[in-house]
Amino acid sequence: MSDLMKVSSNPHVRSKTGTSSIMLAVVIALLPAAGFGIYNFGLGALITIVVTVASTVLTELIFEKVCKKKVTIGDYSAVVTGLLLALNLPVSAPWWIGVVGGVFAILVVKMLFGGLGQNFMNPALGARCFLLISFTSIMTNFDCDAYTGATPLADLKNGVDVNILNMVIGKTAGTIGETSMIAIVIGACFLILMGVIDLRIPGSYIVSFVIFISIFGGHGLDGAYISAHLAGGGLMLGAFFMATDYVTRPVTRNGQYLFGILLGILTGIFRIFGPSAEGVSYAIIIGNLLVPLIEKITLPKAFGKGGEKA
Amino acid sequence: MNSAKERLINGIVKENPTFVLMLGMCPTLAVTTSAINGLGMGLTTMVVLALSNVFISLLRGIIPDKVRIPAFIVIIASFVTVAELLLQGFIPFLYEALGIYIPLIVVNCIILGRAEAYAYKNSVLPSLFDGIGMGLGFSVALTCIGAVRELLGAGEIFGIHVMPDSFVPVSIFIMAPGAFFVLALLTAIQNKVKINGEKKGKDMSKIQSGCNSDCMNCADMGCAHRLYDEKADTGEGTGQTQKAVKEDEKND
Repeated sequence: MSDLMKVSSNPHVRSKTGTSSIMLAVVIALLPAAGFGIYNFGLGALITIVVTVASTVLTELIFEKVCKKKVTIGDYSAVVTGLLLALNLPVSAPWWIGVVGGVFAILVVKMLFGGLGQNFMNPALGARCFLLISFTSIMTNFDCDAYTGATPLADLKNGVDVNILNMVIGKTAGTIGETSMIAIVIGACFLILMGVIDLRIPGSYIVSFVIFISIFGGHGLDGAYISAHLAGGGLMLGAFFMATDYVTRPVTRNGQYLFGILLGILTGIFRIFGPSAEGVSYAIIIGNLLVPLIEKITLPKAFGKGGEKA
Repeated sequence: MNSAKERLINGIVKENPTFVLMLGMCPTLAVTTSAINGLGMGLTTMVVLALSNVFISLLRGIIPDKVRIPAFIVIIASFVTVAELLLQGFIPFLYEALGIYIPLIVVNCIILGRAEAYAYKNSVLPSLFDGIGMGLGFSVALTCIGAVRELLGAGEIFGIHVMPDSFVPVSIFIMAPGAFFVLALLTAIQNKVKINGEKKGKDMSKIQSGCNSDCMNCADMGCAHRLYDEKADTGEGTGQTQKAVKEDEKND
């Protein structure tokens, strides 16, 4: 009772939620996808994940020690970055790809811009695009013990038939964490129930993407084609785990819808008209760059301001 | 000869056009895909810069103030044409590699900047050495950027393979984004060296940049000063009429 009677200035409602608890929730939500990746691709996937996470965390630790800053690896944000990056790597990639990507993500994209909260671009995606441009042949080689040949999206682009059930379960070629739609959606449901993310960005992203490909995809409202596009590639991982990154998404409510719609259209353009089969990561980092402008035009009016003139 | 030495050091270290003044970014970022391209671009620019500085300095009593920029451009463009034809004739591989960026030396802001800020106000010999110093500074910077990009992006320096065979080239470094990474990195390193030297109490006045982050005073000294004065002279009348128009609108 005495707790309730405490007199103090606001805020009065407190919560134990902090950066570290949110990041930990994201890590837990990524575990199904990571687990399925290890099950699907074997021990190599586990090694890639461990190496990448270790490199992101160590880079942050070393940078902060060298620059004599407060050590912030306890907030798990570096773990999230490392895990997301690892899930975006093909299992056939050599170990040093994870290290180079991890160092680039933390050092260049995150710490040089001021650390967590200051980065203008999702570090994991920035690193993925860096690797994709630098080591194109390694990053697009999805051959491994379990699967050979093209990813379902590449097949889809070339007009080859794809097995949608396998794509939903995740038994296809691809990066470690993107193949299984089911595992990603389980993690996403956990995050939504925990209140860490909401459906504004993923919902508007997926809906606008579906509308875009049903108009421009050349197959009309073909359910199989659309669901193959949804289950294939990094769309689910991107929509639920990367587009919703607190630092690089718009803070305004309308801005988040606009951001999602923009991502859906960009992904559609890259997948259908672009030279490569996949376009989620480029779409999201371009969206990240436009976030300041989106926030500017969707800033809500303060109460009492901007009334219409009679 | 003292002023000549001072001009050379000024151009290479104190006011290095790339790392300190941040001028001429277009060729800096575009052609430095390899060390030899950077060096070639830097030296070509140096020749044009030195010659145009000399001629602008010689003609500074004749060129009317109001048309000085077109006059500078004509002088610079003449030397660029000469340089372009010489390159095409004698170093064709460099001519191929630099491509459109040779004619674009005409609009390189280092050359126009030195003409405006230095050659137009100083006598011939210091202007010549100012041009050579700035050109050398530009060449050194471009060669450094080119060497780092070539090393990381292709595993070579000046076309000689230096990295072990197991090294996988990071091809982003010979693409456009790599230019920005390397430029930022090298600028940060040279700033760090200068700041560290200052902290240790060394006399850094010889290599410290002239402005020392005192941008306000810098603007008063250089070409911006003239612009500022002109605005103050002619701008007042128009400013007042604009104000009056605005007030009229309000009254309506």
